[in-house]
Order: sequence, then structure tokens, then C-alpha cells
Amino acid sequence: MAFTSVAGLLEAARDKPLWQAVLEHDMAEEGIGREQSLERMGVLWRTMEESAASYDPARRSASGLTGGAAALVEGSGRAVAGPFVKRVIAAALKVGECNACMGRIVAAPTAGASGVLPAVLLPTRDELGLSGEEMVRALYVSAGFGQVIAVRASISGAEGGCQAEIGSASAMAAAALVHLHGGTPGQMAHACAMALKNLLGLVCDPVAGLVEVPCVKRNVAGAMNALACAEMALAGVESAIPCDEVIDAMRAVGGALPAALRETGAGGLAATPTGLRIAEGLRAPGGEKEG
Amino acid sequence: MNIFDIMGPVMVGPSSSHTAGAVRVGLLARALLGEQPVEADIVLHGSFSATGKGHGTDRALTAGLLGMAPDDPRLPRSLALAERAGLAVRFSSAELPNAHPNTARLTVTGRDGRTLTVTAASLGGGRVRVTAIDGLEVAFSGELPTLIVRNQDRPGMVAEVAELLGRHGVNIATMQLRRDNRGGLAVMVLESDQPLPAGLTDGLKGLDGVVSVRYLCMEQGGI
Repeated sequence: MAFTSVAGLLEAARDKPLWQAVLEHDMAEEGIGREQSLERMGVLWRTMEESAASYDPARRSASGLTGGAAALVEGSGRAVAGPFVKRVIAAALKVGECNACMGRIVAAPTAGASGVLPAVLLPTRDELGLSGEEMVRALYVSAGFGQVIAVRASISGAEGGCQAEIGSASAMAAAALVHLHGGTPGQMAHACAMALKNLLGLVCDPVAGLVEVPCVKRNVAGAMNALACAEMALAGVESAIPCDEVIDAMRAVGGALPAALRETGAGGLAATPTGLRIAEGLRAPGGEKEG
Repeated sequence: MNIFDIMGPVMVGPSSSHTAGAVRVGLLARALLGEQPVEADIVLHGSFSATGKGHGTDRALTAGLLGMAPDDPRLPRSLALAERAGLAVRFSSAELPNAHPNTARLTVTGRDGRTLTVTAASLGGGRVRVTAIDGLEVAFSGELPTLIVRNQDRPGMVAEVAELLGRHGVNIATMQLRRDNRGGLAVMVLESDQPLPAGLTDGLKGLDGVVSVRYLCMEQGGI
């Protein structure tokens, strides 16, 4: 059985690091060895590195809506919130754009939210000088919290709105950041809870139904939120609502969202005059290019 | 739910349902035909039809028919690669009655002219379900070794098939039975916990009343 509560996850991590509890749980569940599980996670980490490293500023999506944004940020002379934050923003855009342009990514937890984890993890690795092994451990932390979110609520935009995709990714990233900075499992849970709370109610309203507008830029929002929540949790700030209850609230909010705001491309930004005009243009013959 | 259902899969974007799932649908059609098709007529339904172009669903389905995995970097170029590989692909849109929003119906033709029609839905997260084969309703994911037996609709057939499997030490995980009133034929779909031993499908083909046997084992690479 998967972890069904954050409380249970913390209990399993009482006498060992949380990443190790998640790893051992996977080994038992899948009937596989330690090396086998670590190798699978290692492939995911290396793919995240490659998605960002292989970024091509000239590449555009089939719709023509996406491409080049990360290069603009990197090339700008400004750094409104300092060079580290700028690197986080650029990495989120790189992977989000890579996904929209049919590049190779890790769904974490989904393709649409694939930029959030690499966005916070890659610059943190560089900043702290961490090894690949340490980054793989952080992914187990993310996976452990993500599993609880998936079991108790949802990681699908069609079911729970964008809060279930970018919100979940942000919560998973916040927990991983706390781990990488040496925080406690309790602090990871608070970071996860706060990150989810901040994005509660976020709707899934992709223009023309494509994983592009506003998905690519929401990866940036998810990454920035993860940084802020990890910072707070590491400083001792706590979530007033326990993590499991926040996840349950996310499920309830998702269920209350009208269908138009759950990945149907029928509401929110998709239903704006410009959103509708873009969708209409793409439906016209020759409206899309071969990428 | 396993942690690698949360982290992963590694895939070519942009959508796990419209791209990665579509590759798997193509792979299943290829494996069910038992070879790389020379022709494929693909009908897209619902969201696959409405947003498929922007999600690369057409290229993803074609990549699957060519035997590519969902993370194959050649996926965006699959339409050109199909042409070079002697696979003619045609796409059209239609409303398929009572179908899941992400459904494709593929009519694939093999080198010797045999055709097969596979209808499948992409359920999200890259998971898929085959919903019909040659118009006969079925439901399987291809995640487990799957056996599809078409047989004459008469007493004792199920027992004979199950007995042969049991004798080879194969544990049946799930089983479905459907009847095609048109031809007096029935279809059995059996999912097993472990891959079938070599020779078992020939044994099944040799049973009196069995019309055709297809065996799908994506773990062993499909075909």
C-alpha cells in the first residue's frame, strides 16, 4: 500500500531519513532491490538535467504559442530578486517550454507541471554544490509527499484543476528543498502544506486546450511558491492547518470546481476573447505548423 | 499508487494523455497486429480530435505504430519517418458513440493485407485502455500479458482454454467474455500475472473451435 497520509509518512521517518523511508517502501511494494529503485530515480534526475540543458531558444511549439521565454529572461540584464531567483525562473521556463515543444521531460507529477521540480532543484544543486546522489534522495522526498497527495486528492488537472498539478508539484518541490537544506521531516510537511494552501483553488484553463498558455508560466509560479514555503518552514514557520487536512481540502475544492475550469479549455483564460481567437485560429486549415 | 506513477514517466511532451498515452495506443495496435503495419487509417474522437494537433497526438500515434517508446526523441519527426518506413498514415475526425473523450480508432493493415481495427482510450498519466477490437467490445490495458482468443460460440470453450493455461502453470488475473451475434463468434480476453510460456499460443490455436489467438506482452517489447 502507498502512504495514505503525511502523518503516516512522518511516522515511518521517525527512526530514519524520510527519503530512505520512501525508498524502502518502494522496494517492499514493488519487490525490487535498493539499487534497482535508486537507478530508476537516477534516470529521472538525469532526464531533468537534460531537459534544462538541451534548451533551444529557437524552438517553437506546434501552435507557435510557446518558445524563447527562458532565453529572454536569461539574456536580460536585470535580476529583480537576485541571480538565484532568476535562475529558478529561467529553469522553470526552459523545462515548461521543452515540454510544450515536444522535448523530453519527466512528468513530475504531470507533464504540464514538469518544470517546477527541476526549476528549484537545479539551481539549488549548483548553489549548495550537491552530488547527484543527494539530488536523487530529494526526489524520493518529493515522491513520498506526492504519493499522499495523489492518493488522498488528485494530481490530474481534469479532476482537480491546476492546484492538483502545479499546486502538487510546488508542494513536492517545497518538501524537497527543505530536505536539501537539512530541515526536519516535520518542516517538510509544513512546507508541503503551505505550498498547497497558497495555490488552493487554482483553475485549469488552458487556451485551446493545449499545455501552453498559461501552463508554462505557472511552472514559474509553482517554483517561486516552493522557494518561499521552504524558506518559511526552515525558519520555523508552521502551517496552522495540518498537511493531511490541507490535501483533503484540495480534494474538496477540486470537486467543487465547475467542469469549465478543469482542463476542458472552456473557461477562465481559455474563454477570454483572445483565448477564443487563438483557439479559432488553430482550428483553421494551416493554422498549425509542423514542429 | 507507486511512487513512479507520481515521479515519471520520462516522456516527450506536451501531454501525458494526448502524447505519451497516444504513443502507447499506437504500440498496442502494432503489437495486436503482430507486425509494423503498412497502412493505418486513424479516426480521432473528442478531445483527441479537438486538441490532438497541438498536442502532437497524430505524431504520437504514428510513433507508436513505428515501435517507438513514449520518450523516443524521434517522436516529433514520426510522420516523416513513417513515410520512409513504408507506413502510410491517414487521419480523420469523427464522433464515436459513447467513447471516452480521448479515443482513437486505428484500422491497421499488415504486409499480407490482413486488417485489424483497434479502438483505444487514453485515460491520463499515460495509461490507456483498449475498448474494442474489430468492433467487439473489450477492456484491457496491455500492462499485463494479455491473451485474446476468438472462438466459436459453443459450450466448453472457456473450460478448454482455461484448462490449457492451468496446465502450463499460468494464473489468470482477469477474464472477459463477449459474444458477437453477427458471426456466432465469441471473444475471450485473459490477463495473466506472468508471461505465457513459449508454444502455449500454438496449443490454443490447435484447439477445435478456436478461430484466432493474439498474444500481447508489452513487457517483452510487444513486437
